[in-house]
Amino acid sequence: MKLKKIHLGSYIIIAVLLFFCFKLWQLQVLEGDKYRALSESNRLRIVKTPAPRGIIFDRNGTPLVKDVPFFSVSISPETLKGLDPNALAVFLSMDKKEIEEKLNRKDNSPFIPIKLKQGLSFQEVAHIEAGKSDFPGLFVETDVGREYLFGKVGAHIIGYLGKMTSAQFDNPEFRGFPPDALIGQWGVEAVFDKELRGTPGEKIIEVDALGRELRLIQQRPSIKGNNIELSIDINIQKAVEDGFKDKAGALVAIKPDTGEILALESLPSFDPNVFSRGITYQEWVSLMEDKKNPMLNRALQSQYPPGSTFKIITATAALEEGVIDLDKKINCTGGIKYGKWTFGCWKKGGHGPIDFHRAIVESCDSYFYEVGRRLGIDKIYKYATALGLGRETGLDLLIKERRGLIPNTEWKRQKKGSPWYLGETYNAAIGQGYVTVTPIQMARMMATFSNGGTIYPLSLLKGGSQPVGQLGIKPETIQIIKEALAGVVNEPNGTAHAAQSQALLIGGKTGTAQVVGKQRGFSGEKYMDHAWFVAFAPVDKPEIALSVFVEHGGHGATTAAPIAKRAIEAYLVKPKPVEAATAGPIKKAGDFPAPSPASPGSGSSTHGNNENAQGDPE
Amino acid sequence: MIIKVDRLLIKNFDWVTFGLVLCLSLIGIVTIYSATRPPGGVGVHPDFYSKQIVWLIISIAVLFAMVFFDYKWLFRYAYQLYGIGLFLLVAVLVAGRSSMGAKRWLSIGFFSFQPSEFFRILFIIGLSAYLATSDLESTEKMSAKSVVMFAIVPLALLIKQPDLGTAILMVSLFTVLSVSKGVSRKVITVVLMIGIVSVPFLGHIVWDGLKDYQKNRLVAFMDPEVDPSGIGYHITQSKISIGSGGIIGKGYLRGTQGPLRFLPEKHTDFIFAVYAEEGGFVGSIFLLCIYLLLFLRGLDTAVRAKDEFGRLMAVGITAMFFVYFCVNIGMTLSLMPVVGVPLPFVSYGGTALLSNFIAAGILINIRTRRFELFYPS
Repeated sequence: MKLKKIHLGSYIIIAVLLFFCFKLWQLQVLEGDKYRALSESNRLRIVKTPAPRGIIFDRNGTPLVKDVPFFSVSISPETLKGLDPNALAVFLSMDKKEIEEKLNRKDNSPFIPIKLKQGLSFQEVAHIEAGKSDFPGLFVETDVGREYLFGKVGAHIIGYLGKMTSAQFDNPEFRGFPPDALIGQWGVEAVFDKELRGTPGEKIIEVDALGRELRLIQQRPSIKGNNIELSIDINIQKAVEDGFKDKAGALVAIKPDTGEILALESLPSFDPNVFSRGITYQEWVSLMEDKKNPMLNRALQSQYPPGSTFKIITATAALEEGVIDLDKKINCTGGIKYGKWTFGCWKKGGHGPIDFHRAIVESCDSYFYEVGRRLGIDKIYKYATALGLGRETGLDLLIKERRGLIPNTEWKRQKKGSPWYLGETYNAAIGQGYVTVTPIQMARMMATFSNGGTIYPLSLLKGGSQPVGQLGIKPETIQIIKEALAGVVNEPNGTAHAAQSQALLIGGKTGTAQVVGKQRGFSGEKYMDHAWFVAFAPVDKPEIALSVFVEHGGHGATTAAPIAKRAIEAYLVKPKPVEAATAGPIKKAGDFPAPSPASPGSGSSTHGNNENAQGDPE
Repeated sequence: MIIKVDRLLIKNFDWVTFGLVLCLSLIGIVTIYSATRPPGGVGVHPDFYSKQIVWLIISIAVLFAMVFFDYKWLFRYAYQLYGIGLFLLVAVLVAGRSSMGAKRWLSIGFFSFQPSEFFRILFIIGLSAYLATSDLESTEKMSAKSVVMFAIVPLALLIKQPDLGTAILMVSLFTVLSVSKGVSRKVITVVLMIGIVSVPFLGHIVWDGLKDYQKNRLVAFMDPEVDPSGIGYHITQSKISIGSGGIIGKGYLRGTQGPLRFLPEKHTDFIFAVYAEEGGFVGSIFLLCIYLLLFLRGLDTAVRAKDEFGRLMAVGITAMFFVYFCVNIGMTLSLMPVVGVPLPFVSYGGTALLSNFIAAGILINIRTRRFELFYPS
């Protein structure tokens, strides 16, 4: 080691210490008076400046939300001595207990103002500004709140902003947030809260004894949150909202070649503005106690038998497994006999001899009973689950998604402790019995099927994602069934003429989910069947696939199909007025039979209570 | 023979270094007492200062113990000692206790301590022994194995805790010791170039690996106004404390910033702010002079050391004191980021005080045995 280096070290040390001396001289001698004044008068206060939240756009760039001022009133902690909480409670029209609880909270910092009341109206702000001289240290703060520009439309997907819950307050992810921070609580606002949130700014200000701002010491501007471009098209959402009128139900539309969610509507909906304004207790209770359950996301959280829409799966299985000959006709006599039970076709007199194509177009139940018999339940199970039924779709909306149910022999043995019966296969083949699905599963099924069998993860953001799998169904199978589904909407005797569009070729399938009780002679809307319609368009190169579910809608053809048409046209024929299509030569509802596999007295009504009675195990 | 050694030991004992560190420790206790007094003089005075007195007594005893034996024993067992140091770092990751988002404390029965406080000394011993024996002057290169053992492994363990302060210290010591040993300029330049080029690539990885509070601190350093969790507030308050001291200070027990809770970590990381508020510019310069004497004395010990190992250790220990001093004072003057590094000998903290006294003991040991005649290597 060379001693020269050690000497160099001592020069470095001396230089650094001289620099520190210089800095101290600057702080203590040159600026000493300034700092002394600051330390004596004190007091510095940190004021957080809210960050504008990112804007949520739909896929066309239409903003769905707007940042609006959100007023709250706070008090600085230095002025608490000698404060009369009673008078303050009266002035702010608050509960005295609530005020005392807020003032005496343990984690109150000695230099951060305490928030007393949030979500003030303009009148309240004016009232406080006028009378605040009686309460030194009281001041109004402006925060960033949200206005939802489309109100109830798309509320389940857009969500809302609300005060932190106590569970969130304890969550380390939200550490450092003030206890009254507004954060995303539902839908996209919650899912993408981190991206949307932004970083609040901070000001260190000098205040006088009354908490009035004297001088800005330092400030860091807030950073706006990121904007988000959703995959949804607000035009579809609006069209759907109008189409449902007062009915409850759900619609999910998916872009088949990307997995993007084009629309997700669950009705009845709620007004997110009520939440972001600061929901009152009464408003909350009335929402929670509403019999129609507006907070339930029916697209993900309600499950029903898919009815005849399920015939798409049974038909796919039939062609793939080669159990039928396309041209060979099966004679429909209005139902089939099975032991002492009759499994009826919705068409009382029967369709007569009918081939595969017409069986789908006219939704012949007898044909599919026979197909089901030839396939067996486990083959049906294979194709249904491959198309995503019976399990969560994984769309992340931070709510518990229901799985639906696709039965098989294994399931029956484990859950019911009994073998599978042929009668149950009959029911399953036409989407009744144990089979249940959610609207989003059916939409995804339609999307996967119509794109030729490529499985995409569902996405709420524009652009979608990469495919995750391939069904491996023969292209001919898909082509044949697609043609039949186009026939359902467009051919004579098709069951879904109400979905026929002048502008483009739509393919689809109606369905009806039975309501238990109807068969027993109850009537009224409560006991009307639920209506299904799944569709895709245009048939040759699908750009949208969707499912519509109308609670107590009766027949899929009359209530669900027109909503699907509205949605498709809202997406694909935007420039033209929607009304133009209705002028076309569309048959009136009375011109074709109202299809329902659930005619009173028909065999399928035995589902649910036939399992013990039927003797023939499959 | 034994009596002769003892007489020599007393005759050659480095009272100057001892006096300087004792002086700093006493200033520390007096300032801790002031910093922690309750606001308005009402309420119980926390017993930080009395704990620190107990630790000082223990530390002085250990310092004398460190002088009693010949430091060549450290050389003989250097790698074993360094191995223990690495083991402690692993142990704290496995069995350590978390506090404030970092895993730094290790408990042995009733006693808990920060292993990195002792690791830094064992690191100096180990690296000094390696550099003293290796023939770097001719090859001017360090083997890849030694770079891994003395730089990459300990650095990874420290970042995992995370202990930013000790990690910075470790890198500084590695640099200082390799440079003083004479690793060629070419090699150092190449290493630095690789470092600069890899920054954009590594930056992202390192940034993701940092804990949130460390990110905040780094961001607060780059621009104190960009301050997600209020650290800029602390820097501002620290500056107000120091500045308000003026030329002669507010006087002992007259400072207001600390007791009024405007100053965070006032008895540990920000103790200099409390001292400077009460002691003013005059007091600050006085304290800086004591440190200057300590550093220069340490380097003088290095010059006089009888062998390469002693010289390297003296440089390493002095550099350690200096780096901590610079980072801490730099932080309170807002010249550097807020890295939780205590002011050596002055800040509150038992293990830190003890380990600094051990280091000072080694320095004194080296100086006391500087004559090869009496203490052949």
